[in-house]
Amino acid sequence: MWLLAATRILAGTLALAQAPAPQSVSRPTRVSSTQPNQAQTPTSQAPTATGQIPAAAPRPNRFVVVLDAAHGGDDSGAQLDNAVAEKTVTLALSVQLRSLLAARGFAVVTTRESNVDVAPDARAQVANHVPAVACVSLHASMTGSGVHIFVSSLPATVPTRFLAWKTAQSAYLTRSLKLASTVNSALEHSSDSGSGAVPVLLARTSLAGVDSMACPAVAVELAPIRDTDRTITTQVTDSGYQAQVAQALAAALLAWRTELQAESLGGAGTVRQP
Amino acid sequence: MIPRYQKIVFFVLLIVSIGMAAYLVRLRERAHERLLRGEDLAPTTAPAVAPAEKATLMVANDMDGSLVTEEQSLPLPKDAEARARAVLEKLLDIYASPGALHPVPGVPRAVQQVFLLPASGKETGQYRGQLAVVNLAGPFADGHPAGIEAETLTVLSICGTLHANLPQITEVRFLVDGAERKTLAGHADLTRTYLTTEAESSSGTSAPDNAGSGVKP
Repeated sequence: MWLLAATRILAGTLALAQAPAPQSVSRPTRVSSTQPNQAQTPTSQAPTATGQIPAAAPRPNRFVVVLDAAHGGDDSGAQLDNAVAEKTVTLALSVQLRSLLAARGFAVVTTRESNVDVAPDARAQVANHVPAVACVSLHASMTGSGVHIFVSSLPATVPTRFLAWKTAQSAYLTRSLKLASTVNSALEHSSDSGSGAVPVLLARTSLAGVDSMACPAVAVELAPIRDTDRTITTQVTDSGYQAQVAQALAAALLAWRTELQAESLGGAGTVRQP
Repeated sequence: MIPRYQKIVFFVLLIVSIGMAAYLVRLRERAHERLLRGEDLAPTTAPAVAPAEKATLMVANDMDGSLVTEEQSLPLPKDAEARARAVLEKLLDIYASPGALHPVPGVPRAVQQVFLLPASGKETGQYRGQLAVVNLAGPFADGHPAGIEAETLTVLSICGTLHANLPQITEVRFLVDGAERKTLAGHADLTRTYLTTEAESSSGTSAPDNAGSGVKP
């Protein structure tokens, strides 16, 4: 008798386990067929969109830029000076850049607007939901000097109709390299406005979120500015430094938009093409 | 009503299952202890009796994001795996020393093991060679400075140093405390296989299209 009862309890437990869990996410997220199973649910709140358009349905003929403020929530990232976490600096930079871009007529989609943890796959998912002309992942660190611009180290491949989730960026690599050059140029000219010169480093790396982005993508890492004997002259948390970098990035994206428009007029097809 | 004999069979099976599970757990613990004992027997430093040889280290520089070749003379064991571990320990000693251009806090036995396996290689032979599996210590990864540049340089300098001293190594994978870890310290992806050619052509001051590529997903 009690064996029968135990079986019923077990069956009941299984039925409970199969029932849909309550959603903590305010907006259900569409999942790409090329996406791994573990990436199907973002770990925190739904991505937000600014620039007067919703994330999933950007207004046509507007240039969409995805800003990815790295880390957040329990993931603090690097510890910067004065015990400031990387997640705080990246969010501040993202908010600042979002305003600058919105003022220049861009539609901006951000991966996070508050102190929440977003998984790398969820960040790429946000970027891949919109026809973004540029995706910028923002980071900060205490190592090195100046601004580090990274492009994915994936090999460039010919775009195909279906892209593998983990290497989607490879189809956009040529454009990502061009975008990095544009950002580099803007940062090198950022001292023209009277601010100090910002050392710039161009390199390649492998970042889980960026490698899955199906758009021209760069990771920008803000580091303190050091002199030749490696003494810090400008901290990462310096608001003037952050503003200078944000202005340079906005100028770079403006130049990038002009390039794409010129290509479009020249019959190069739509800007979405990698 | 369940017959008495069925109840007895059920309880016997239950007890046997629990006993087997406990035994399996114990066997797993024993295997782990055996592994750790074996690890302790592995040479932690290059034997002093071995003749000093020239080793080539790819030393990272945070200021310009470059890898600089540096020759060091140190006693190296004949065994390839022990040799790989010895050169990596030397590289990480340099990073832990005061005034290092790529400072990384030193921990004892930062490189726990290096295993050399046949590379998964493609039919074309492009990736023919050996795969080095570098097992890093957890405290080393935990204490590593967080940042894309810092982590990427550590990974690439390890790849470059391995290939410079053991040219048959063409691919490198990383483990931390014997398990796969997503990132080194929050940024550099450790779930993928790195090609040593990425380190060879890595130069932070050059244009990005000159930097290394060739990821195997």
